[in-house]
Amino acid sequence: MLKDITLGQYFPGNTVIHRLDPRTKLILVIVYIVALFSAKSPLSYGLVALFLIVTVGISKIQPKVILKGMKPLVIIIALTGILNLFYTDGRVLVQVWIFRITVEGIISALFMVSRIILLIAGTFMLTYTTSPIALTDGLENLLGPLKKVKVPVHELAMMMCIALRFIPTLIEETDKIMSAQKARGADFESGNLMARAKALVPILVPLFISAFRRADELAIAMECRCYQGGKGRTRMRQLRYASRDIWAFGIGLAMLVMVFVLRGIQIV
Amino acid sequence: MEETTLTPILQTKNLTHTYGEGTPFQRDAIHNLDFSVERGAFIGIIGHTGSGKSTLIQHLNGLLKPTSGQVLFNGEDIWQNKEFTRQIRFKVGLVFQYPEYQLFEETVYKDISFGPKNMGLSPEEIDRRVRQAAGFVGLDASVLEVSPFDLSGGQKRRVAIAGVIAMEPDVLILDEPTAGLDPVGRESVLENIRNYQKAQNATIIMVSHSMEEIASNVDKLAVLNHGKVAMYATPKEVFTHAEELIAMGLAVPQVTNVLLRLKQLGVTIDTSAFTVEQAKEVLLRKKEELRHA
Ligand SMILES: Nc1ncnc2c1ncn2[C@@H]1O[C@H](COP(=O)(O)OP(=O)(O)OP(=O)(O)O)[C@@H](O)[C@H]1O
Ligand SMILES: [Mg+2]
Repeated sequence: MLKDITLGQYFPGNTVIHRLDPRTKLILVIVYIVALFSAKSPLSYGLVALFLIVTVGISKIQPKVILKGMKPLVIIIALTGILNLFYTDGRVLVQVWIFRITVEGIISALFMVSRIILLIAGTFMLTYTTSPIALTDGLENLLGPLKKVKVPVHELAMMMCIALRFIPTLIEETDKIMSAQKARGADFESGNLMARAKALVPILVPLFISAFRRADELAIAMECRCYQGGKGRTRMRQLRYASRDIWAFGIGLAMLVMVFVLRGIQIV
Repeated sequence: MEETTLTPILQTKNLTHTYGEGTPFQRDAIHNLDFSVERGAFIGIIGHTGSGKSTLIQHLNGLLKPTSGQVLFNGEDIWQNKEFTRQIRFKVGLVFQYPEYQLFEETVYKDISFGPKNMGLSPEEIDRRVRQAAGFVGLDASVLEVSPFDLSGGQKRRVAIAGVIAMEPDVLILDEPTAGLDPVGRESVLENIRNYQKAQNATIIMVSHSMEEIASNVDKLAVLNHGKVAMYATPKEVFTHAEELIAMGLAVPQVTNVLLRLKQLGVTIDTSAFTVEQAKEVLLRKKEELRHA
């Protein structure tokens, strides 16, 4: 069911990871990604994975949830693996017709697949443990300096916040409309491509109408509260770093440095 | 054939449904629920917000698959095979809450014909059903060629209900069909439903939050509480358990409340009336009694 899509969803909780400052988490995700892309050896991959596993463990997010969230991306992951498997030159292991599997191919496929999985799981952890509001607050704050060069940071952050906020709502709405049309005998599962595309009309039309209605209502509600963009706006919740943030930074940087060191050793 | 009149048209056995299995949001919306509906009855379902009403009715036409337990239609498991489940969708018509948000066609006519078309009926039969369904819900023939999006909220609701009625289901289930309508609109939607029941000998199941509406329409009333059927009896019987209903976050009809309050104040009076007409009888009788005393 559509309900299984957990992309961009927030799972409320009260663990240290949840309570970290959103800026810390955003920066750590960047650190994590840099570390992931700098990793060259199995050991450094293991290090990055360990960092992720510990984070997941502390946050009490069930691994099942993360795996479920990856479901829609399985094809991309599989494709990357296959392409790497067949299109890497090196010592040939088996050859069937034009397909050739090389030792290097297997290694690079393994690395690429674990890299993508770690990348997705890591970014999921950010949205799973950070509420959309906190996330945009953090983003706006971090990008703040760009305001000086006339980048509409506040507006961008607000747009992102609204988009994140409405993903689950739209999924829920799609589910509801699908159920209603199924109750009238709509069939989304059988028929050829053309028939299936046509079967989407009864879902998409009501969905668009309701999305526009929601956008309209939201705009009115925001105007009623005198929203005028970021200028002169103060905040009820001020972002403040706490000692746990320093710890988190420390651990994240330690991981990054270690990955770099391992890389250096390997090159030498 | 005798047997089919005895077996309930719809029945659930030990029905359990768990939402969000394996996520932190996992919860049982309904739990080991047994419920049965006799052919031709008008059944009401009440229960506080989140008690599992919508979840229950979506099982009755196979939209939701039970986590465990069974749903039987005429004694047959509706999940026995795919084709049967699909046929059940046509035999058990379900009108969702705020059904007007599911309209999508260019004209009212086309929208109402969506269900019958999916049934694979002939064009003549579809045409007959669309016109008849429009008649049941009191839509003028001239409205049929209009875009459904140009109609008022109440009219849209009628179009949506007609869209389900056009499939001529044996059982018509409605989730709060009168929510958000004005009093006149409400009464006329209820009348449409009663007309359909009479004309087709259909079974009706209606979820509602209005005790008055329930009291004056249904033969039997199911009270849902925390995913279970707490009471299942005639409205008269159910409303005698006023305290229990209130404890479940529900209320009794206004007139019953008046009578209960009178009793509290020391008047010996029959408190089982639940419509204005019945209460009037009771009060007039009491007045006579007092005059003679
Ligand atoms: N799609 C869903 N995913 C997760 N939980 C759900 C879903 N639908 C309902 N629930 C939960 O199941 C419980 C029962 O919901 P249901 O919609 O059946 O209640 P209801 O009696 O119809 O309430 P209402 O009177 O508000 O319509 C609620 O606690 C609700 O939060
Ligand atoms: Mg409901």
